[in-house]
Amino acid sequence: MGASQSGPVHMFQDLAYKTGFSIEQIKNLHNRFIYLTQAEDTLRREHLENVSDLALNPIRRQIIEAFFDKRNMGEKEKGCLQEIGFEEFVTVLSFFRPPKPHTVDEEMKNIKKEKLRFLFNMHDTDNDGIITLDEYRRVVEELLSSYEIMGAETAKAITDAAMLEVASVTVGQMGPDEFYEGITFEQFMQILKDVEIETKMNIHFWNLDTRTVQCGK
Amino acid sequence: MKLNESVMELKMFLLVLGLLVGTGSPDMGSSQGKCSESLVQGPQTQENRTHTTHSKKPFPVLSFGYDYVRLPFEISLWVLLASLMKLGFHLMPRLSSIVPESCLLIVVGLLVGGLIKLVGEAPPVLESNIFFLYLLPPIILDAGYFLPIRQFTENLGTILMFAVVGTLWNAFFVGGLLYGVCQLEGHRLVTVDLLSCLLFGSIISAVDPVAVLAVFEEIHINELLHILVFGESLLNDAVTVVLYHLFEEFSSVGTITVTDVLLGIVCFLVVSLGGIVVGAIYGILAAFTSRFTSHTRVIEPLFVFLYSYMAYLSAEVFHLSGIMALIACGAVMRPYVEANISHKSHTTIKYFLKMWSSVSDTLIFIFLGVSTVAGPHEWNWIFVVATLIFCLVARVLGVVGLTFVINKFRIVKLTSKDQFIIAYGGLRGAIAFSLVYLLNTDHFPKRNMFLTAIITVIFFTVFVQGMTIRPLVDLLAVKKKQETKRSINEEIHTQFLDHLLTGIEDICGHYGHHHWKDKLNRFNKKYVKKCLIAGERSKEPQLIAFYHKMEMKQAIELVESGGGSKLPSAMPSTVSMQNIQPKKPPQDRALPQLSKAREEEIRKILRTNLQRTRQRLRSYNRHTLIADPYEDGWNEILIKRKKMKELEKKISQMNNYLTVPAPPPDSPTIARARLASGEMAGKNISFSYFYPQAWGLKSATESIPSIKVDLASPQSPESVNIVDEIGMKGSQPKVSEEGGGLTMKVPSPTKPRKDQTTDEDNDKEPQQRLMRCLSDPGPAAEEEDEDEPFLH
Repeated sequence: MGASQSGPVHMFQDLAYKTGFSIEQIKNLHNRFIYLTQAEDTLRREHLENVSDLALNPIRRQIIEAFFDKRNMGEKEKGCLQEIGFEEFVTVLSFFRPPKPHTVDEEMKNIKKEKLRFLFNMHDTDNDGIITLDEYRRVVEELLSSYEIMGAETAKAITDAAMLEVASVTVGQMGPDEFYEGITFEQFMQILKDVEIETKMNIHFWNLDTRTVQCGK
Repeated sequence: MKLNESVMELKMFLLVLGLLVGTGSPDMGSSQGKCSESLVQGPQTQENRTHTTHSKKPFPVLSFGYDYVRLPFEISLWVLLASLMKLGFHLMPRLSSIVPESCLLIVVGLLVGGLIKLVGEAPPVLESNIFFLYLLPPIILDAGYFLPIRQFTENLGTILMFAVVGTLWNAFFVGGLLYGVCQLEGHRLVTVDLLSCLLFGSIISAVDPVAVLAVFEEIHINELLHILVFGESLLNDAVTVVLYHLFEEFSSVGTITVTDVLLGIVCFLVVSLGGIVVGAIYGILAAFTSRFTSHTRVIEPLFVFLYSYMAYLSAEVFHLSGIMALIACGAVMRPYVEANISHKSHTTIKYFLKMWSSVSDTLIFIFLGVSTVAGPHEWNWIFVVATLIFCLVARVLGVVGLTFVINKFRIVKLTSKDQFIIAYGGLRGAIAFSLVYLLNTDHFPKRNMFLTAIITVIFFTVFVQGMTIRPLVDLLAVKKKQETKRSINEEIHTQFLDHLLTGIEDICGHYGHHHWKDKLNRFNKKYVKKCLIAGERSKEPQLIAFYHKMEMKQAIELVESGGGSKLPSAMPSTVSMQNIQPKKPPQDRALPQLSKAREEEIRKILRTNLQRTRQRLRSYNRHTLIADPYEDGWNEILIKRKKMKELEKKISQMNNYLTVPAPPPDSPTIARARLASGEMAGKNISFSYFYPQAWGLKSATESIPSIKVDLASPQSPESVNIVDEIGMKGSQPKVSEEGGGLTMKVPSPTKPRKDQTTDEDNDKEPQQRLMRCLSDPGPAAEEEDEDEPFLH
């Protein structure tokens, strides 16, 4: 009894230390994890696809993929996993943890960089370190996919305009023969530096028990 | 020189002013007596004959009849005075950078009031109903219509806390302590009972939106602080209304029971929610009406104003919060109305609102000054000083205490710098003054004392706090407002983030802010937009609307610059679309070889054509100016687009090599074209593809495709579009509607290919001159067609 109880607690403490959540939050997340996986050990894509609210989200595929992306797990590897455990689940969610109060500027910059890295990885699906025109276009198309009208041409035009803007802002002068490969991570950081990602890309993880016990879908 | 000029201007200005005031004051003193001589009556009328029988007066050539025009004359005079004042301040730039405009206006009011009193007249006082019915609504409507909804809703909890709890705290703190002071003071003040003090406290504790707007507009602090203080000043109106009526009602009775308190709470809910509901109803009505105004564009702004004003008045009928009604009306109707009305109407609304609110603002402050001179005063040192101190202390304590609680729930915590600014920005203004003025002297024998105290507090906050807040903001290095233009990347990512955060919240099972916002958006899209927005626009996603807006702005910029060689651009860069298009693998098709002489010839031809085209371009710019795409032409544009798409499909088997020689680096037209391409988004990007020269009047060689560049395309009038019509080999597509241009025929001697190729470099034949094939990944490459840049 004692051993099995201290086991998960010990793991929770490790996780709390690693990801910055509090023990309470980790416990809630664990309950949610169990609910999602229906008491299995690992989370697979189908489990996430079963979340009913997610079905209406235009970018759900990318969101789900992000959970299985090795690059978000803190290792230097690339590729996808097929199933993840609780630790990886929490690691991915820790990207959305709001920064603690009284965080110094230096650390804020790091947090911002990490969050931007997460976003970048979501766009850069082929893991080559740059967002090409095609990848970006796919992003825009997905965003517009929930609207019935057209999609394709305007998505293309918007993507072109966006890439042009990125290139103009970051590279500036390009000869007519040069080719702009795509958005690198540094350029990505540069164009989004005004968006204040570190304050916007957060969700509230309650310390209280939330609706994890909700059975109804 | 410049100094002399401004001094001269100032002198003339003061002269005009003096004249105005001079004509004004005797007019205001003139009383009754129908100066009927003003009516020029000829001797034909009977009455006149009877009157003039006994004394035949000479025919009045010029007569003076002032009463006829008295009221509008005086009003216009005052408004003119106010506007001239505003004008005057900006002639003295040094002064207006130190002293906020509101202070200067109050001083002017004081001067004018003093002048009038000197002449011996009674200076006009700011009547409460004029204030509430005519002067206040434009300011509030202006604020509500342009309220940044996103920041407002994100901080709604905080704003409500400050508005409701903060105001209550202030009211009771100030009222209670003042009562204590009055009791302690003894002989003169002991008559002031608790209820009067509480009433006074509730009036004076409300942060005033007019004053806040006037001061905060000039200091440009960051949006968060601005929306917090400003939102608080708007939403505390409900609290003020309830408390005011509560205490006023019961001051005659003398006591308040628990039931009254409960009723008061219920009343608060009714007042605020009722106000919002009334406003929302009128807002929806306005949105619905705007759906049908496509044929009567001229009166569109009128609907906006009228419905909003009706909302305000209707709320006031039931003693609901008129301010909240007005805000709700403006905020609700705006997205739908903006989608329906024409661009010009939008500009009209914007400028009228700004104009009216500016005039109101100015008049309010001037009258505040005049009323100070006029109003009956009763100065009591202890009361006034105590009021002032308690107000400040209450504000600081309230803000600090509330922030402590609020920060537990906020993601972005409020720092102490923020708290200081919020506390310091709690300015009082004319609303408090008018409310005190409305008090009945029978119930409140000390009304004049209240008036004096209120005026002192208002003066203190506006002058001292208003003047010092700007240097303090600089000193504390508070973050200022970002003046950046919204870029399309930011827009894309903002939307992306919204969806992402909603998704993560769903995965976590946590129904937070994003979840509900997403639900609301979906409801909006599915049902509401269909009802309230006319035509095709109802289905337009926000990203596309933003994109079109951006395009139009850039097109307007381009045209306004007169098509000159310099484009107003913030990002001078030579990046153009061709840099971005993906490199295709080098083709193993042999490119046609051109001899040098041939190329030179071609280039010369192309250059001359470009010259000629540019002439057309310019004239197009100047005279065929932007028809508003969002006006009636919208549907036609869409129809045309569909037609073009069909045409494209016909041309799907194209090989559209444009073998184009490299541009001579020094040609200004080409540099300009390049720049133009870099600036314009979307559809205009096509310009870069054709700048050099893909024009041959007749194909110089078999293999040079010729491009039809249509510059006067009526289809996209908002931008200078270069149209590329890629004709089938030999066949000319039916593009008679597009007008002239240069035609490109693609004779493809080689087999038609499905793929587009972009040969930026040709690896295989480095000796060849750079044949730049401009890729048009449009028709033949993918299934999805790109209609905009190339084929119009």
